Amino acid sequence: MKLVIAMLMDGVIYASWLFIIAAGLTLIYGVMRILNMAHGSFYAIGAYSGASLVGFYLAGGYPPWGAYLMLLGAAIVSGALVGILIERGLLRIMYGRDEVVMILVTYAILLILEDVIKLIWGVDAYFAYQPYTLLGRTKMAGISFANYDIALIFVAASICFLLWWGLNRTRQGKLLQAVIHDRDTAAFLGINVTKMFSITFVIGAVLGALAGSLTAPGISVMPGIGVEVIILAFAVVVIGGLGSVGGALMGALIVGLARSAAVHLYPEAELFVIYGVMGLVLAFRPQGLFAIATARKI
Amino acid sequence: MRNSTLLVLGAGVAVMAAGMVMPGWLTFLLTLALAKGLVVMGLLLLMKAGLVSFGQGLYYCLGAYCVGVAGDYLETQNALFLMLIAVVVCVALAAVIGLLLCRYRDIFFAMFSMAFSMILYGVLVKSSAFGSSDGFNVKPPLLFGWTPTGEPGPLMAYGLAVTAVTVVGIFVWNYLRSPMGYAGEAVRENEIRVEYLGSSVRRIIYIKYLLAAAMAGLGGGITALAAGHIDPEMAYWTTSGEFVFIALMGGTGHVAGPVIGAVLFELIRTYAFQISPYTWQMILGIALLAIILYLPKGVWSLVERFTKEKTS
Repeated sequence: MKLVIAMLMDGVIYASWLFIIAAGLTLIYGVMRILNMAHGSFYAIGAYSGASLVGFYLAGGYPPWGAYLMLLGAAIVSGALVGILIERGLLRIMYGRDEVVMILVTYAILLILEDVIKLIWGVDAYFAYQPYTLLGRTKMAGISFANYDIALIFVAASICFLLWWGLNRTRQGKLLQAVIHDRDTAAFLGINVTKMFSITFVIGAVLGALAGSLTAPGISVMPGIGVEVIILAFAVVVIGGLGSVGGALMGALIVGLARSAAVHLYPEAELFVIYGVMGLVLAFRPQGLFAIATARKI
Repeated sequence: MRNSTLLVLGAGVAVMAAGMVMPGWLTFLLTLALAKGLVVMGLLLLMKAGLVSFGQGLYYCLGAYCVGVAGDYLETQNALFLMLIAVVVCVALAAVIGLLLCRYRDIFFAMFSMAFSMILYGVLVKSSAFGSSDGFNVKPPLLFGWTPTGEPGPLMAYGLAVTAVTVVGIFVWNYLRSPMGYAGEAVRENEIRVEYLGSSVRRIIYIKYLLAAAMAGLGGGITALAAGHIDPEMAYWTTSGEFVFIALMGGTGHVAGPVIGAVLFELIRTYAFQISPYTWQMILGIALLAIILYLPKGVWSLVERFTKEKTS
């Protein structure tokens, strides 16, 4: 019983973390048809800026609760900044190319950003554990969980709700759905597709950075974290179906629970199980669980 | 055709002879580059059919581990025999995975092949028998009972790499001019029409996938012998990304593209690393962007442009 609860909780916590990363990735793909490898770098940039800002803030002796605002602020500012720079400066001139070429373009951006991060923050690890320990721990059925992790579940749930509400219940969201459905017709009907692209990319980048800055208190922030994360996010997004936010949620839950089951029962299979599940899902649903059907060219 | 085959053979012999007088570091660099070129030649076959595999690292790594493990357990160090094992094992695995992968296109093919290479990575990282994430050292190889020691050691791997690239290069060149080779481009253009013409798209892709796996396994095996050390990083997605990078850099228009691309890639990386150890990735990234923007058909298109001007 204890094991089951631990497994479920760990799984859901891991899933919420995965969802925050994958949501941005799938949103960008859904609207722009770009599978953004640089998303891992957004994550890393968010983590670094969150960790260093919290460090500055706490060193100044301000009230510790403000550190959470710092995390949020760091994510929004750094994500938006990097997002705008990349979209306006580089991706804009690449639109209309093949999807696979776009993967390589974002791969190049990933390589560049990895070194930019090293130039700005150096190669030493950053720690910002204060926000993590500040919230304390809760005992649940005899197992102790960090409250910060539990809060992460609520953050992920609110992001999920906000995305759903924004896409389905606002005018801008409806326009965006039109772009997702058929870019050419949407442009033809007078929707400013270019503007939609910019806004979507910035939102996606901020989500990636947010995932990074929220994770920063729980890990040591060091070079290479982005490269590890992007591949996990791909697995999640592909399981759920590229471009679907609901799919990302399902994918995150499946991967999260499968991984935590593996960690508790058979730790050797931790990495294997994630891609094993992905392979299994793709074998039966080649386009992922929630993908929209596309017509074939004749 | 006879002439061009002779030309390639001559070039192979010349490159091999040049190895005798080259400095050691260049021989080593070229060996690794040629091994990667082999992998990318396989990738070229797939890319001609419109399929980009982000998981050739799977066979690259598997080939290397086959050589390493077989060298340890079978008590044999015969380089050619080890290569054969690597290729056979890779083709056997590809025969199973290929059945599944043949159903996928575009981004899904890329992602799914990447997933398989990450599975191998995950397994290897956790298997302590093979040194987990550190990998292990490969015994120095023999060639027909001859043990190259000291100076000739790296030369043997170099010779193997040059021979393999020459033989495989001639094969791929001829293959691309066979009906099966042309079918690849037809598949990329329009699958349904290919089916109407009476060919099986699945079979075309399946065979290309097997060939690509064999070449990647060969490349991995040569890398293992040349470097003397293997680790799971060879199956990590960044390695596979490198192969796609090289393919794009060299261009997919000609068999020589991957080889030129691989040599160029290794040179850029070595020099970038030497000039600025902290920003070598950035230099690679910028080079990639520049190629996508200004040379979408790769470095080989420069050669083509040059020869066309000459003939016209």
